[in-house]
Amino acid sequence: MRLTRSLEERLVNLYRQTKVVGGLFRSLGQEADAVGSAYALDRSKGDVLSPLIRNLGSMLVQGAKPTEIVKQYMAKGDSPTRGRELNIHYGDLVRGFVGQISHLGDMVPVMAGVTLSFKMRKQDRVGLVYVGDGATSTGAFHEGINFAAVQRCPLVVIVENNGYAYSTPLSKQTAARQLVDKAIGYGVVGERADGNDVIATYEVTKRAVDRARSGGGVTLIELMTYRRKGHAEHDNQSYVPAGEIDRWAAENDPIDRYVKRLLDEEFEESELASVDARVKEEIDRATDEAEASPMPDPRDALVGIYADPPEISPLWFREGIKSAVDVHERPSSWGTHDV
Amino acid sequence: MSEVTYLEAIREALFEEMDRDQNVFCLGEDIGAYGGAFKVTEGLMAKYGAERVIDTPISEAAIIGAAAGAAHMGMRPVCEMQFIDFISTGYDILTNYVATARYRAMLPCPMVVRGPSGGYVRGGPFHSQNPEAAFLHTPGLKMVYPATASDAKGLLKSAIRDEDCVLYFEHKYLYRRIKEELPGGDHLTPIGKARIAREGKDISIITYAATVWKSLEAAEQVEKEDGLSVEVLDLRTLLPMDDEAIIATVKKTNRVLIVHEDTRTGGVAGEITARINENAFEWLDAPILRVTAADVPLPYSPPLEDYVLPQTSDIVIALRRLAAY
Repeated sequence: MRLTRSLEERLVNLYRQTKVVGGLFRSLGQEADAVGSAYALDRSKGDVLSPLIRNLGSMLVQGAKPTEIVKQYMAKGDSPTRGRELNIHYGDLVRGFVGQISHLGDMVPVMAGVTLSFKMRKQDRVGLVYVGDGATSTGAFHEGINFAAVQRCPLVVIVENNGYAYSTPLSKQTAARQLVDKAIGYGVVGERADGNDVIATYEVTKRAVDRARSGGGVTLIELMTYRRKGHAEHDNQSYVPAGEIDRWAAENDPIDRYVKRLLDEEFEESELASVDARVKEEIDRATDEAEASPMPDPRDALVGIYADPPEISPLWFREGIKSAVDVHERPSSWGTHDV
Repeated sequence: MSEVTYLEAIREALFEEMDRDQNVFCLGEDIGAYGGAFKVTEGLMAKYGAERVIDTPISEAAIIGAAAGAAHMGMRPVCEMQFIDFISTGYDILTNYVATARYRAMLPCPMVVRGPSGGYVRGGPFHSQNPEAAFLHTPGLKMVYPATASDAKGLLKSAIRDEDCVLYFEHKYLYRRIKEELPGGDHLTPIGKARIAREGKDISIITYAATVWKSLEAAEQVEKEDGLSVEVLDLRTLLPMDDEAIIATVKKTNRVLIVHEDTRTGGVAGEITARINENAFEWLDAPILRVTAADVPLPYSPPLEDYVLPQTSDIVIALRRLAAY
């Protein structure tokens, strides 16, 4: 959680220095639901998750490196997507995360398929897909969870209810009393938990993961949290009622809550400080490495659209390649313009 | 060997590929117990079981999305759209997710989306569509549309083995109307290679799918009645397009007619025209002409459908016009 928050804070600095090329998306206040739920997966078994834009924490748990994240934001040529995609939109099947796209809800059918393959091959693996409150309104969400439910895929669907989809509050998103109620309609187990309590988040997800692994099919989990920053860094949050953000920050910050719990148990301040120092050092190193990285070679844009052909031809006007419309290639019978 | 219909050729390809590779599986609406709306998948479930022949809910986005997820993990899914008209409800996930997966996220998507396409069958506006123009400008997808039973089999087998997503359109008018003896062995038709369906020297017709047959009829007719020698190029693959074969036939005959069943505006013919213009303008002795459907949602009643879709007589008129230019 500390790494997530500090890394995002570093990205804000880089953003203000215009070193981040695109938008910047924060998960401030939502770190617990991302981190706690991802810890419930078993990496040694090859479990797979599909993150959302506010699941930087889940990706870090799953093995993503801060240096990759900074390079992604800075659009570097040696970033995981070689400059093709933004922010945390990338995948790595070895570490077990599938890169999301911007069309919310689409990852639910995709993860239904990932987990369908686990079932077909009788593998002991589980999938976890995150959606926000907004994505529950999409057709893809409905089609995906319904299909996974029918097939009893080993899939956990987490709805992170952070109150807003861009500027749209939950009350304009759904007439459902609570999002977990949707589980009834799909015939799957539904659970709801405090998404700002990292332990509660872990426990509810662990139950769902165990259920999936033992053949119990899909679970829909609603995690209650709150988005303290705007949709992205440019968003001034003018639509948020006065005092709401401050109240969540003061009374329900997931890191404050967890730190208090740790100190109440057996941990010392100094141990936590050493975690903070380690995090800072890692982020410093990531930033240095990303800043020193090259931007992509423009021609690399033509590589990797297909396996075959591995690269498409450049446009002739870009590369000075002569088109066939050339004197020497004209048919001998042709025209009077030559000579 | 006995003759095999276009539909049976597709089915043979599915059986052979499911036999060959345990990772190949089929999913779609009513494809299992029922055998599919056109019985293309008949017998598959009996042989391979409900695990590998999956009857799905009515959810094209889920079918295509789940196929993509399974394909990431090394499976080789073959999705059936009950009618290809319904592929539009999976358009988002196909164009935004599947087509970009390899490029943006290094996620392989070896999968096939197939389905009965095309008109001339009195199917009305939602059971007759030709969807190719909607996907022609989506980098990351491949697209094939066979005209013969042999290519129906060979292209489907190649599509299943391809490392990327291939849209495989099968023409329902041809399902049971054409048959031929298929080549033996492991018959593969290469993706990206056109086929000369008829040799000629005066005019080239560039076409694909059902209008290959109408073009051949028209070519026969003008040979008999006008003494014209018409070449017919069957594209077979629309993405990636076989520029080499297109340019070669243009250079050979210097007159080009493009024929397709899909509507006119923004159709495949426009793209072919642009490619010829850029690469072989000097070889043209006449303007490139198009015979296509009219820009109309395809109507049901026979006189209306026949009027809208390209007919052999339309192709004959266009060939004569080109010859006279």
